[in-house]
Amino acid sequence: MSTAAAPVGPAEAVAAPAPEERKRGWTGYLLLAPAMLWLLVFFIIPMVSLVSTSLYDPSGSLETGYSMTGHIANYVDTLSEYSKQFIRSIIYAGIATLACLLLGYPLAYAIAFKAGRWKNLMLVAVIAPFFTSFLIRTLSWQLILGDQAWVADILRGIGLLGEEGHLMATPLAVVTGITYNFLPFMVLPLYASLEKIDPRLHEAGADLYASPFTTFRKVTVPLSMPGVVAGTLLTFIPAAGDYINAQLLGNPQTTMIGNVIQNLFDGGSYPEAAALSVTLMAAIVVMVLVYINRAGTEELV
Amino acid sequence: MADSDAEDLVLTGVTKKFGTFKAVDDLDLTVPQGSFFALLGPSGCGKTTTLRMVAGLEELTAGAITLGPQDISYLKPYKRPVNTVFQSYALFPHMTIFENVAFGLRRQGKKDVKKQVEDMLELVELAQYGARKPTQLSGGQQQRVALARALINRPQVLLLDEPLGALDLKLRRAMQIELKRIQTEVGITFVHVTHDQEEAMTMADTVAVMNAGLIEQMGEPKELYEHPRTTFVANFLGQSNLIKAKVNGTDGDQIRAEIEGSTLRVPRDRAADDAAVRSGSVWVGIRPEKVFLAAGGTETSDGSNVLRRGRVTDVSFIGVSTQYLVRMPWGQELMVFEQNTGAREDFRVGDEVDLHWLPDHTFLLDADQDATAGVEREDLG
Ligand SMILES: Nc1ncnc2c1ncn2[C@@H]1O[C@H](COP(=O)(O)OP(=O)(O)OP(=O)(O)O)[C@@H](O)[C@H]1O
Ligand SMILES: [Mg+2]
Repeated sequence: MSTAAAPVGPAEAVAAPAPEERKRGWTGYLLLAPAMLWLLVFFIIPMVSLVSTSLYDPSGSLETGYSMTGHIANYVDTLSEYSKQFIRSIIYAGIATLACLLLGYPLAYAIAFKAGRWKNLMLVAVIAPFFTSFLIRTLSWQLILGDQAWVADILRGIGLLGEEGHLMATPLAVVTGITYNFLPFMVLPLYASLEKIDPRLHEAGADLYASPFTTFRKVTVPLSMPGVVAGTLLTFIPAAGDYINAQLLGNPQTTMIGNVIQNLFDGGSYPEAAALSVTLMAAIVVMVLVYINRAGTEELV
Repeated sequence: MADSDAEDLVLTGVTKKFGTFKAVDDLDLTVPQGSFFALLGPSGCGKTTTLRMVAGLEELTAGAITLGPQDISYLKPYKRPVNTVFQSYALFPHMTIFENVAFGLRRQGKKDVKKQVEDMLELVELAQYGARKPTQLSGGQQQRVALARALINRPQVLLLDEPLGALDLKLRRAMQIELKRIQTEVGITFVHVTHDQEEAMTMADTVAVMNAGLIEQMGEPKELYEHPRTTFVANFLGQSNLIKAKVNGTDGDQIRAEIEGSTLRVPRDRAADDAAVRSGSVWVGIRPEKVFLAAGGTETSDGSNVLRRGRVTDVSFIGVSTQYLVRMPWGQELMVFEQNTGAREDFRVGDEVDLHWLPDHTFLLDADQDATAGVEREDLG
């Protein structure tokens, strides 16, 4: 059958593609144009402007204007001055990401495999917090973690918190806030990749002498790796640059790099702020690349 | 069969309901240890559900499953000495073929699986594919991996859910022979689900024909074919002519049935149901290849069953045989397959013919049953 069809196929194929391909090419560019324009206006231009600002002479000010002196020292100066906040941000974001993964995985698993007809309701519940402002939700944690609130009372009651102990304005409060705020960004990609797993693979595991836990370890976890990678990235990246949680739930000793950048911008120190932003961005890109490399793309189906 | 040492697989009164729908209805089955058992039936009759209950992947609504002395009805699937070749393969997509096949051995804590896995892949002719992922294989190759993955564990019972469905005819024949050879060699009990009747009959020691959650009939392939007990089996296994007739007495060992003035004889032991015989109304059944044609009025009825004044309405030359459709005076069309031995007379459309066959080839079925039950769709068209 294939031999009979063969002579016809290529002959047509040779004649047809030239005009077809050109037309398709144009359509492609046309469709790409809005996205390209968007990228140009909202990504490329700001990037160029950010990088060039980071190289301005820091002695300028908004009133006197800045001069472009290629002042690379901005990077060295800011990094050495704010290294503590920098490292703190990475650590807080890392802990929050881990917490999100530990909380989010069972939740996503339950939604994907155990929820039955409650599936949609549970998904809505995961997204529901977005209906309220990020700020309001973070502020309400001030109430939850406050000294007079029941959480603190209970912890004091069972002796986990000293009589003089606080929950508010501690690193714990900041990490809790970040974890809470970014949990949906972990749950949704995890759910998406878990939901794709054919339940018959679990049956195959059970049939081949694997206990439910072994099946989970050997089949479910590896197959959900794309979701784990996507979820951790979506949580870690914004968390590392976050400043709202540190500002509303923290104290001066929990300042994160996002707060520093914001303060520098507020104070008119544009070159330093820009330099820190670029450093943060570069650091995150490097970490993400290393992470994706380690997570092993070939393991991702 | 009732040997208490034997590790027979026994299903007693097994029922599975999905909501109010009975997918499997009060099923009784005994699969002798080491036998090749085929479960044959049309799509949706409950074959997969039955296998899943044996594997432990579906909970019984009622009944019990025992394997030798052990009641496995409520044993966890990973604790049952049973492996399944899934209808949908269910290969682990993130593992190589090698790891897929090694999975069961590793879970049982076996070391040095390399040799065993390689031998297994050799057996299913996939030796070069060990390093590939399942998505990089064709459907038939995936099916063979599924087979290897289950077989390598040497379970007491291997459940095969249409394991050869995706293979082309040549490979399927080869795998059928291979499967049969493996089964005889290792002595594992095979429960093989298929809706390919030829496959069931060539491979199995025992065939159970299943329909709508019930076993219609169970026995050796030849017994089932020669002596169907329901219209469903008569039509589903091969083809049958079913002629409505009235019982009007017996001659010694033979029952006399009358149809439009002709008398047909059927040995008493070939009547499926005594009650039907007594009620008087029956289906007289005869396989098309057992019927001979003779020119109209030439056949004398010396001990054989004869139906006269048929008219040929269709002739198709198949090669090994010629298939005729003959319209009888009462309007029914009967099928006749004449072997192409060269010794038989050829007929053309419009010729008047007599049909004759041996009483020993005739069977009687209950007239209350639907004569078209189990007729495959393509045969109806
Ligand atoms: N989980 C389920 N819920 C409800 N009904 C089901 C379920 N699984 C199977 N059924 C029904 O039970 C009946 C038997 O299904 P089963 O899969 O056993 O058929 P089968 O004989 O294997 O068919 P096939 O040859 O097409 O594979 C079907 O009518 C099917 O619709
Ligand atoms: Mg099935």
